[in-house]
Amino acid sequence: MINLFVDGSRYLMILLMAVYTYLNFRYFSVGEEKKRRLCARQNRLMLLMHFLAYMVIYIKTEDPRMAAFYGAQVIFFIAYILLYRLFYPNSSRILVNNVCMLLCVGFIILSRLSFGRAARQFIIVAVFAVIAWIIPMILGRVWQLSKIPWVYGLTGLGLLTAVYFVGDTSFGAQLSISVSGMSVQPSEFVKILFVLFVAAMFYRSTGFKQVAVTTAVAAAHVLILVASKDLGSGLIFFVTYLTMLFVATSNWLYLGAGLLSGCGAAVLAYRLFSHVRVRVSAWRNPWADIDNTGYQITQSLFAIGTGSWFGMGLYQGMPGKIPVVSKDFVFAAISEEMGAMFAVCVLLICLGCFLQFVMISSEMQASFYRLTAFGLGIMYITQVFLAVGGTIKFIPSTGVTLPLISYGGSSVVSTLILFGVIQGVYVLKREEEEE
Amino acid sequence: MKLFENKSLGKRKTGKNPEEKSNKNILRLTYVIVILFVVMIGYEGYFLVFQREDVINNTYNARLDSFSDRIVRGKIRSSNGTVLAETLVGEGGEETRSYPYGPLFAHVVGYSTRGKTGLEAAGNFYMLSSHINLLEQMIRELSGGKNPGDDIYTTLDVELQQVAWDALGDRKGAVVVMEPDTGKILAMVSKPGYDPNTLNQDWDWMVEDGDHQARLLNRAAQGLYPPGSVFKLVTLLEYVREHPEDYEDFRFECDGIYEEGEYTIQCFNQTAHGSMGLREAFANSCNGAFASLGLELDKERTKRTAEELLYNSQLPLAIAYSKSSFQMKGDADVWETLQTYIGQGKTQMTPIHSAMITAAVANGGILMKPYLIDHVEHVGGETVKRFMPEAYGSLMTAEEAAILTEMMEAVVTEGTGSAVRTEGYTVAGKTGSAEFETGKETHGWFTGFAPAEKPELVISVIVEEGGSGGRAAAPVARLVFDAWFGRG
Repeated sequence: MINLFVDGSRYLMILLMAVYTYLNFRYFSVGEEKKRRLCARQNRLMLLMHFLAYMVIYIKTEDPRMAAFYGAQVIFFIAYILLYRLFYPNSSRILVNNVCMLLCVGFIILSRLSFGRAARQFIIVAVFAVIAWIIPMILGRVWQLSKIPWVYGLTGLGLLTAVYFVGDTSFGAQLSISVSGMSVQPSEFVKILFVLFVAAMFYRSTGFKQVAVTTAVAAAHVLILVASKDLGSGLIFFVTYLTMLFVATSNWLYLGAGLLSGCGAAVLAYRLFSHVRVRVSAWRNPWADIDNTGYQITQSLFAIGTGSWFGMGLYQGMPGKIPVVSKDFVFAAISEEMGAMFAVCVLLICLGCFLQFVMISSEMQASFYRLTAFGLGIMYITQVFLAVGGTIKFIPSTGVTLPLISYGGSSVVSTLILFGVIQGVYVLKREEEEE
Repeated sequence: MKLFENKSLGKRKTGKNPEEKSNKNILRLTYVIVILFVVMIGYEGYFLVFQREDVINNTYNARLDSFSDRIVRGKIRSSNGTVLAETLVGEGGEETRSYPYGPLFAHVVGYSTRGKTGLEAAGNFYMLSSHINLLEQMIRELSGGKNPGDDIYTTLDVELQQVAWDALGDRKGAVVVMEPDTGKILAMVSKPGYDPNTLNQDWDWMVEDGDHQARLLNRAAQGLYPPGSVFKLVTLLEYVREHPEDYEDFRFECDGIYEEGEYTIQCFNQTAHGSMGLREAFANSCNGAFASLGLELDKERTKRTAEELLYNSQLPLAIAYSKSSFQMKGDADVWETLQTYIGQGKTQMTPIHSAMITAAVANGGILMKPYLIDHVEHVGGETVKRFMPEAYGSLMTAEEAAILTEMMEAVVTEGTGSAVRTEGYTVAGKTGSAEFETGKETHGWFTGFAPAEKPELVISVIVEEGGSGGRAAAPVARLVFDAWFGRG
């Protein structure tokens, strides 16, 4: 009987996830009243999926802590959704839902991988969700945000430089600094500062001089990241800057020149850095060096392939065999145990978030906000693309996390802030419309 | 889906404003990203549909082992269904892998308890997957039972395997039998053998206590031997390539010992072959003739030819094998050159590789990928997956293959391959007697196919320290050919 439940719930979870994802896209083409009902349905689907997953986890582990943990999460999700609705009646419900869904998937897979990590992640999320929750309020009241580009730019550069000099090295890259026992990855937060900086600069002017100065500062960001061997973040910053520049100026020349210099930089990085060559050769043929450089990606492919479309079921696979599975390769663990169908749904939800971002952005008239929303959207979706593409061997692995799902405090907190800023922009727009 | 309805548009008079322009660009970039994601999801789908099975059927994939918690490992069968390996389940549910033929198929079937080798490794995934109907699977799983894994039907022929095994007797060596037009491997024998049924008891004795016979090594695919005169196939092909018009004009006077400066090359038993052309030189395997014509060949080109024939290359083979090596470079000295062109020196090859080159000759230059698994069947008798013959590519032109075939026929009709000369069928072949250590008997080689005009069977034989290829190895091939053509 237990077998039947565990096996059956696997298919049911995929079904719930698929319906949820469908509604996510259906949302774009229905009226206001229907949107509300649709979001309420999404909440029910998520809670049911969440319940099924923890039921399986509890059956498999018989760990009472899991039951308590589940209870805490339910309270958190309900409180998060209700409080947002109560204090920001104009917020985007679908984005609130998606944040919860992605966090929920993250908690499930992290619980399965390591209770300790899941619990730690949950506490960080619970604390910082409150802080991120205040952001729309700040955005609505403080109008000077667009006036201080250099505060963002210099703070960001300063933080990155600090990491370069005193950062702890992990997996060959300097990513984090220790703050009173906690390891923090400043680049995660600099992402948001960077977008604000670029938006504020181009809000002032998009003349050649301004573009030149902004480009120089953006290049400085990327160079420091590359020097710290954090190539994934470097690439994300590059893509974000280039697209923001293009949207702000509508100048194809900038886009072309940017793409060309990007390709040049990629070739140069390939020639200069051995770790880039290692990553690329591990991507082209991981089987040639399966014991060493190809180990992680081949284990990931084994996981995804063995799990196939419907997954092995929670606790039926071996995601632990994949190095750094809870961070960069969490997508493989989801795919292995919950099924590729489920994993693709996760990917589509991320894409849905991005579409919401650009929609909000395109509806904003104030260029600072539209650029901010757009830049954050690109930053978010590029990271998703790099994380998932690296896991399934679509592109070389760059070692970035899957936002809101991967284990890692800095990553999840900065993404919560990112969503908070977008919500703030959205609320502003809605209030504008109401006036 | 109206994503980007610009609500402010109506208020403005002119259509071309910066906001609209930038929205257009936002839309463009969004398209790019959506397309990228669609392609990425498509890639994952492609991976799961087309590459999945090949990827996960890998000895590094520990996940497959956990399949055995739910599945009773399937059987390995011969081409006509005879069981070569099966899992017996005792009353208490304990499982033992049983090999009814003991050592006979030990290397090619392999073992699955101390790591996995042979077909136990190559077909691991199929034997740990069950394709009986889902309802039945579910009922069995709910009642706590295991489902039967699928069976793999190999290309192996029990009779040919037995004949080859007996023919080798208690000598060390290997035999590979395959079909040149399909690539099916019909027999693969390696001696000395071991009994896979008692692998665990015998392990320490075989591996650690200095049995020194390398019993676990599959000599047919992993044994590296100097090719000896079998290599003259490569030398001959290279000579024909460099002298396409006048290779038939080649003449050589053999008095048993060929001298080049300070070096001498002897023919086997110092036999003086007298005056002869290329065909007789090849048929009699005259070392002097091949050493002397080797001196005029382009060494770089020879290396390319050898590599086209899969020296220094990966072989299209699903079981563990060793890479054959050809090391002579353009600046090799006279001695190395003389040695290399008659198959001595540093060159090394495996019996399976020799069989593959011969199969390409037999098949008009086209090598068919050798394979061992014909199809996979679930216990209900339905085919789950069938493997079809697949061309690897062309190793030589059809004309070159025809020339080699003619020369190889001469080996049998008038040369060193007399052991396979018979009224019943025509054989094309080449013998080899490879020196590997001074003072020891040579390794005997034979590689060939029959019937020469319409090849059905390719055989490669190595007999370690067996003496000359014509006397040690060719008779083994003869017995296998007889068994095959005796079927009528």
